[in-house]
Amino acid sequence: MSNFLTLHNIGYSYHSPQEETAALHHINFSVREGEFIAIVGPSGCGKSTLLSIIAGLLLPEEGEISFNCNAGSNIQRPIGYMLQKDQLLEWRTIEQNVMLGLEITKQKTPMHLEYVNTLLKEYGLDRFRHCYPSQLSGGMKQRAALIRTLALKPDLLLLDEPFSALDYQTRLNVSSDICRLIRQTKKTVILITHDLAEAISLSDRIIVLSKRPATVIRNIPIQLSSKDNSYLSASKCPEFHNYFNLLWEDLNHENSTNKQ
Amino acid sequence: MRIQPTSNRQQAYLQMRKRKNRKIKLTQFFICIGFLLLWELSSDFGWIDSFFFSSPKRILSFYVHSLSEGTLLSHIGMTFLETACSFLLVTMISIAVATLLWFQKSLSKVLEPYLVILNSLPKSALAPLLLVWLGSGIDTIIIAGISVAVFGSIISIYNGYLQTEPEKEILIQTLGGTRMQTFQLVVFPQTIPILLSITKVNIGLSLVGVIIGEFLSARKGLGYLIIYGSQTFQLTQVIASILLLCFMAYIFYHCITLFENKAIKKPTGH
Repeated sequence: MSNFLTLHNIGYSYHSPQEETAALHHINFSVREGEFIAIVGPSGCGKSTLLSIIAGLLLPEEGEISFNCNAGSNIQRPIGYMLQKDQLLEWRTIEQNVMLGLEITKQKTPMHLEYVNTLLKEYGLDRFRHCYPSQLSGGMKQRAALIRTLALKPDLLLLDEPFSALDYQTRLNVSSDICRLIRQTKKTVILITHDLAEAISLSDRIIVLSKRPATVIRNIPIQLSSKDNSYLSASKCPEFHNYFNLLWEDLNHENSTNKQ
Repeated sequence: MRIQPTSNRQQAYLQMRKRKNRKIKLTQFFICIGFLLLWELSSDFGWIDSFFFSSPKRILSFYVHSLSEGTLLSHIGMTFLETACSFLLVTMISIAVATLLWFQKSLSKVLEPYLVILNSLPKSALAPLLLVWLGSGIDTIIIAGISVAVFGSIISIYNGYLQTEPEKEILIQTLGGTRMQTFQLVVFPQTIPILLSITKVNIGLSLVGVIIGEFLSARKGLGYLIIYGSQTFQLTQVIASILLLCFMAYIFYHCITLFENKAIKKPTGH
């Protein structure tokens, strides 16, 4: 399979009158089409900055990103970006919320509406389409946010700790639920998380970033004997703990050098 | 998906609520009656000088007299018209300017100190100047009303816009939206509750500005009745006009509350 996305020597700094803070430094990695990548790293290392650069919200100060999709080098379709909270608009019904992207890009064609309807039915939100977000549970809101993202048929999904706002129990259920749904769509995914167990159980490959300025310190494929991507079955695999320890040491090493 | 109130306990609860509400309404009514009664009695028995403090009876006869003469309604109508005009203009101007400032962040940086100065300036000090510049017409009074409310309103609405969660703006951006769409879809709708509470403040301030204007230059309106009454020691007329002003302010406020209830579709949460 070809590389879908390549990052080449990406560098980025934040500027303030007091100082310049280097966030990213010589980031290199590539993502194949259909791959599910997880990015982990110490908190505040610039993971979200990296995602913003991939999404095109920020321009890298150094290096370049190249997309290689069927249409050619420049992608016309927007990138699907799921943020930390569901960010549903409270004054819109679920139906109006999931249509938001179509409304913005003026693509409310019968074909797209049909697709959204199928997703609403598939994800069990059909009954709630005229409800407001405050009437839905956390898990259902995440599903609605996912439909809103998928409605534009993005080639690449970026997930920025999309489950971190949920309580622990809901989180376990919702993260495996959402990721199962994403797997079905066979899209290329980049997930940012600080939860190692989540990263191991969900992804095909994990990229570990160092502390600021972040560089790639490890890039390991994940092979679990059970692959239904739920946290519970993944954690029962013997390999799970090896991966966990490996990543744990990486991050601890980063933290301890941080203190010196 | 509302549960119908069928159970006995639910009915008991609803009745309890009804009784409580009725109690509040009754107490409010009796406070009003009691105050008027005390006022009337103390002027009848000479505890207060009815020349200065008037009395409910005198006020009532003033209303009846001036209504039969037909002048009172035109005074009320004038003040009402001026206040409504200046309120509508304040609302439109301040939304327009605040929106412009949101789209042009550098403009808002440039204008910030000027807005703060204009806002903290006592606007009644401007009124004599307006009178000289614009003459003594209805437009002067409307502009006086606008000048009192508009600067604070611009600042408050602009700050309301800025309270939008940055993540919501990023959301629109990631869905391919323009800055215009960010404003239409997120920034403006989320500001509506703040906008309505600013509106309530504005109606009061517009009324203040209009009365200041009428004090200075008008030949019609409740402000004119007050200033004329005080100069000729017809204090019954002054107090009667002030009471009408209170009533008018209440009516305006009530209209906005009604509008507010209609405008905000409250999602019924659990």
